[in-house]
Amino acid sequence: MTLGQQILQQLINGISLGSVYALIALGYTMVYGIIRLINFAHGEVFMIGAFVGYFIITLFKLPFILALIFAMIFCALLGIFMERLAYKPLRDAPRIAALMTAVGLSIFFQNLMVYLKWIGASPKAFPRVIEITRFEVIENVYLTSDKILTLGVALVLMLALQYVVHKTKMGKAMRAVSQDKDAAQLMGINVDSTISFTFALGSALAAAGGILYAVSYGKIIYNMGTMPGLKAFVSAVLGGIGSIPGAVAGGMLLGITENAVSAAGMSMLRDAVAFAILILILLIKPTGIFGKNTREKV
Amino acid sequence: MLKIDNLHVYYGAIHAIKGVTLEVQEGSIVTLIGANGAGKTTILRTVSGLERSKMGKIEFMGKDISNLPAPDIVKLGISHVPEGRRVFLGMSVLENLELGAFLSRDKKSIKESLENVFSHFPRLYERRQQIAGTLSGGEQQMLAMGRALMSKPKLMILDEPSMGLAPILVRQIFAIIEEIHKQGTTILLIEQNANMALSLADYGYVLETGKIVMHGRASELLQSEDVKRAYLGGA
Ligand SMILES: Nc1ncnc2c1ncn2[C@@H]1O[C@H](COP(=O)(O)OP(=O)(O)OP(=O)(O)O)[C@@H](O)[C@H]1O
Ligand SMILES: [Mg+2]
Repeated sequence: MTLGQQILQQLINGISLGSVYALIALGYTMVYGIIRLINFAHGEVFMIGAFVGYFIITLFKLPFILALIFAMIFCALLGIFMERLAYKPLRDAPRIAALMTAVGLSIFFQNLMVYLKWIGASPKAFPRVIEITRFEVIENVYLTSDKILTLGVALVLMLALQYVVHKTKMGKAMRAVSQDKDAAQLMGINVDSTISFTFALGSALAAAGGILYAVSYGKIIYNMGTMPGLKAFVSAVLGGIGSIPGAVAGGMLLGITENAVSAAGMSMLRDAVAFAILILILLIKPTGIFGKNTREKV
Repeated sequence: MLKIDNLHVYYGAIHAIKGVTLEVQEGSIVTLIGANGAGKTTILRTVSGLERSKMGKIEFMGKDISNLPAPDIVKLGISHVPEGRRVFLGMSVLENLELGAFLSRDKKSIKESLENVFSHFPRLYERRQQIAGTLSGGEQQMLAMGRALMSKPKLMILDEPSMGLAPILVRQIFAIIEEIHKQGTTILLIEQNANMALSLADYGYVLETGKIVMHGRASELLQSEDVKRAYLGGA
């Protein structure tokens, strides 16, 4: 296997993992864009999405695609519920209050999972939803069926999101509210329902990420959202928090780097490297790759 | 058309508006002038539903609109061009204008509004694909006004449209306000440029630290010694 082939192989693996980070990072970035809150419970939505998918497949014996859709809808509602109950009352409170609430929600959801009898603290095997086969793309470089699934679903969802944000009324309202809440209201936009919609959208994407992650790793557990959640947060910041293309780029960058570090035989260090990159990029460009240098005309 | 009766607005403990009463007749141009911090913006924001009043009543076309949510007030036909323009800087001119018609579902009517806006502001047509943040200050003011026109308002309220603009642009903006008025839109105009505002308006109110201290026909206020001394740069 030549070096070139190895690099290509790691690139494929990295993009596949990165697309999961990107799906989660999109939720962080959209919510931040609209209410300037880092929703630290977002990783738990990812985890709950995976569990909902698990139950749909094992209990109701429904196909993967239905499990995916149902988990996305479930988490969208969970997202709306979470915002209405926990964050909305704090919208005018100091930002630290909402941040602490987010951390509290994250702990609450994890503990709730452990407490529920049919979930508990031990890992569960995620059912095999796709026959794992390998395709040789070029000599010595392989693409597996689960990676194709991950990439395919992530791509479709990102294109759908692009459409929603730029072409639909709700998407336009989202962009307007994230740029200027007062001006958006003067256009007749309902800020509350726009914020709910943003949470729904971000949470649905996180649920999809959770299921895809579970398909690749084969296991789910109550705290599975912590690390990917943190990495997705890093991705969002890397890309420039608030920027949708930034979240995708940041996710990919992180996924690829992690795989490269592992492939170089330093898999123990991959998380450390991920965070080192974050610090480095923020030192060079504090607003992230796609971050806007806020220059406004007065 | 618009009746404000004994309005009181607070920011926390600060009593910003202390019992303001004013009226805008349908078909007229009314101006509200006053020094910095008098409370002009606060009154407009309360009319549009961006601030809550503590006491008093705001009526629009016979309907009590006090403390209604902002989107409902837009729906009734009030369009607000806010202080400092507040265009969506990251979006194109066209996207900004389309947002102005957010509540309309009628594609044909939106297209009509767009053509109407472009007839008032040919410059916006030339720049329709440009990102609003890259427009000049004057162009942004035109965009803010065009955006407000998109909802086909019955009453348009403008908060210091001349702020920060060169005199030639100010004259242009005022001429366009007059055009819009001639098309049948009632105007409530806030200005620090009292001379120009009173020359354009039919009726004027003078606000000082949250209270109306004088009101009358604009032509009379222009002649008033008190107004001249305080707002028109000497007698
Ligand atoms: N968000 C706020 N919080 C606290 N006080 C405020 C707030 N907005 C305005 N004020 C106060 O209310 C008073 C009226 O302000 P307002 O902006 O309505 O004045 P204005 O007449 O529009 O002034 P300008 O000509 O400078 O725009 C001022 O004393 C101001 O400091
Ligand atoms: Mg003001």
